[in-house]
Amino acid sequence: MEAGGDTAAPAPGGAEDLEDTQFPSEETREGGGVHAVPPDPEDEGLEETGSKDKNQPPSPSPPPQSEAPSSNCRLWSPAAPENSPTRSPESSSGGQGGDPSDEEWRSQRKHVFVLSEAGKPIYSRYGSVEALSATMGVMTALVSFVQRDAIRAIYAEDHKLVFLQQGPLLLVAMSRTSQSAAQLRGELLAVHAQIVSTLTRASVARIFAHKQNYDLRRLLAGSERTLDRLLDSVEQDPGALLLGAVRCVPLARPLRDALGALLRRCTAPGLALSVLAVGGRLITAAQERNVLAECRLDPADLQLLLDWVGAPAFAAGEAWAPVCLPRFNPDGFFYAYVARLDAMPVCLLLLGTQREAFHAMAACRRLVEDGMHALGAMRALGEAASFSNTSSTSAPAYSVQAVEAPGLRHFLYKPLMGEAQLPHLEAPYSREEERQRLSDLYHRLHARLHSTSRPLRLIYHVAEKETLLAWVTSKFELYTCLSPLVTKAGAILVVTKLLRWVKKEEDRLFIRYPPKYSTPPAASTDQAAHNGLFTGL
Amino acid sequence: MAQAHRTPQPRAAPSQPRAFKLVLLGSGSVGKSSLALRYVKNDFKSILPTVGCAFFTKVVDVGATSLKLEIWDTAGQEKYHSVCHLYFRGANAALLVYDITRKDSFLKAQQWLKDLEKELHPGEVLVMLVGNKTDLSEEREVTFQEGKEFADSQRLLFMETSAKLNQQVREVFNSVAQELLQRDDGEGQAPRGDAAVALNEGPARQAKCCAH
Repeated sequence: MEAGGDTAAPAPGGAEDLEDTQFPSEETREGGGVHAVPPDPEDEGLEETGSKDKNQPPSPSPPPQSEAPSSNCRLWSPAAPENSPTRSPESSSGGQGGDPSDEEWRSQRKHVFVLSEAGKPIYSRYGSVEALSATMGVMTALVSFVQRDAIRAIYAEDHKLVFLQQGPLLLVAMSRTSQSAAQLRGELLAVHAQIVSTLTRASVARIFAHKQNYDLRRLLAGSERTLDRLLDSVEQDPGALLLGAVRCVPLARPLRDALGALLRRCTAPGLALSVLAVGGRLITAAQERNVLAECRLDPADLQLLLDWVGAPAFAAGEAWAPVCLPRFNPDGFFYAYVARLDAMPVCLLLLGTQREAFHAMAACRRLVEDGMHALGAMRALGEAASFSNTSSTSAPAYSVQAVEAPGLRHFLYKPLMGEAQLPHLEAPYSREEERQRLSDLYHRLHARLHSTSRPLRLIYHVAEKETLLAWVTSKFELYTCLSPLVTKAGAILVVTKLLRWVKKEEDRLFIRYPPKYSTPPAASTDQAAHNGLFTGL
Repeated sequence: MAQAHRTPQPRAAPSQPRAFKLVLLGSGSVGKSSLALRYVKNDFKSILPTVGCAFFTKVVDVGATSLKLEIWDTAGQEKYHSVCHLYFRGANAALLVYDITRKDSFLKAQQWLKDLEKELHPGEVLVMLVGNKTDLSEEREVTFQEGKEFADSQRLLFMETSAKLNQQVREVFNSVAQELLQRDDGEGQAPRGDAAVALNEGPARQAKCCAH
């Protein structure tokens, strides 16, 4: 671990030494494994930035490559997930939860780790970080070994290891889900954004510049749960992170416009952004031009805020906390006022630049609240919100039945510039494994459509228990899940129906004309409106 | 929240109850938020760590007079200390909370007291030491006696509570309220809350996106 911090290019020999000192018992244990371990056979897919395509299939491939220490790769390569031999470099610490030798720990489909450059563990999705320090040491060794070209991913049979270095932080995903390396990288970026949003990139950098072996967990205490929730949402809520789009609450357009106008009216000194949300979904938002200037808020930042205010910690009282928007400015804080309105799940977020502005923001909130009463909006929002209450996840407020297309089970729809829409997950996708399966299928299709080497526009995929059709055009991106018995012609019919329905409901489903404080010169045309506020990406 | 009007300026209009500012301090996960939630909403749930600080108000009747408690619940995590510190100023009362099953939280509470004395003039703030989680008394690491002795030595009020079982929570806040009223009456109509006013009207020296 210590050696990892030594960025001065450890020679291969150096890495070997590290191994020797850290995992003395490894040789013997590995010998009993599934693989007989002659030097080198498995570091097939080891990739470096230099090699152009990160989406290569994880198929066994070319010659034993680069000087990566084979013994490192070996750690991750056992084939059979169930009965793989100890791939832990250190099973001696036994017993503790999260020990890599622990059966349950190893049976997880995906692990995500965050560690410091010096190899100090910061976060692990499963198990206790302490028990994993040796495992993390291996990762540090891997990364610091491949200098110059940063190591990006390792494919080992059904496992993918994806590395992401962000300043002094190293993020690692180890997965045997169907997610592509690019998708996993997206997830790691989201994890990093989450960390930056509580600490800012600048302060993380400062801390580690000051003290390389600082234990960042001290500062992140309490944020681990937020990271857990983020990662769970990928498994449970297909499409949340996948499409990189914010979801909004279906709402009649006049009401949404009125609410947008209300937010624009209620201001406070230093107010930069006001957001109304319910259950992690956007109702409407307004952006102060003077503060956020021409810079439009990135959907990823908005999604982060929506997830953040959805946290149970904000369920009571009026909260005041610093928050950083990583895409907007990773080095600075905003101050956020968060309150539930009228004891309802409807949540108001006021983001400002002034640290002392709590009382001004509270006054602003009262204006918003009064305005909403005057509009009679509370009841309508209450109805929209009541849907999301029924499910623990942030389920959208309509069912797939609304489309009236028999055979359609679920869909994801994202206008090219805009928010994603997906209906509530219903039977047969009510159980966790089934949601996971669906999520996996969507991920697989997404990876195929967006493959860097051979992108596709349309995929018709007959899976074991369902049929899927995914389609990308210049206007939208659509994933549908259909009953397994549907014919190709039937599927086309369903999709046509669905698109017709989306068109009809467009005003209700999407925020097509995001409100702003002042209209920037270009935003008058329809085209520009689509580009508006949170609809980039 | 249906916490009615919560004007930041407690200009003692006769109809309006006098406002007092109370801060909850202590290390992480000792139950500060749970105490506030129990008191204000009579609710208990395992909430995640507080993010930043949270603000509650509650009107308390003490005898014939009523007063408004403005409760600032602060995050125990150190990353939020700087933002919370702003709102400590002008506090009339502080609850120093520790977890009776964690000795370190008790020691931390003593540290908090020192910080508090640096920040505020002694005697100006009413401080109560609160040992929370009496429902876990079999895992107790800090005895009642220890707490009591420390409180006495520093001339603090002292109580043990269980936010989970709703034991002594109301009493804590009520006795603070009572004490505040008494002090306030003793000093005549000292214009409490001025500090708060000064704060929100303070000059906006934060630039855009102040780097932290």
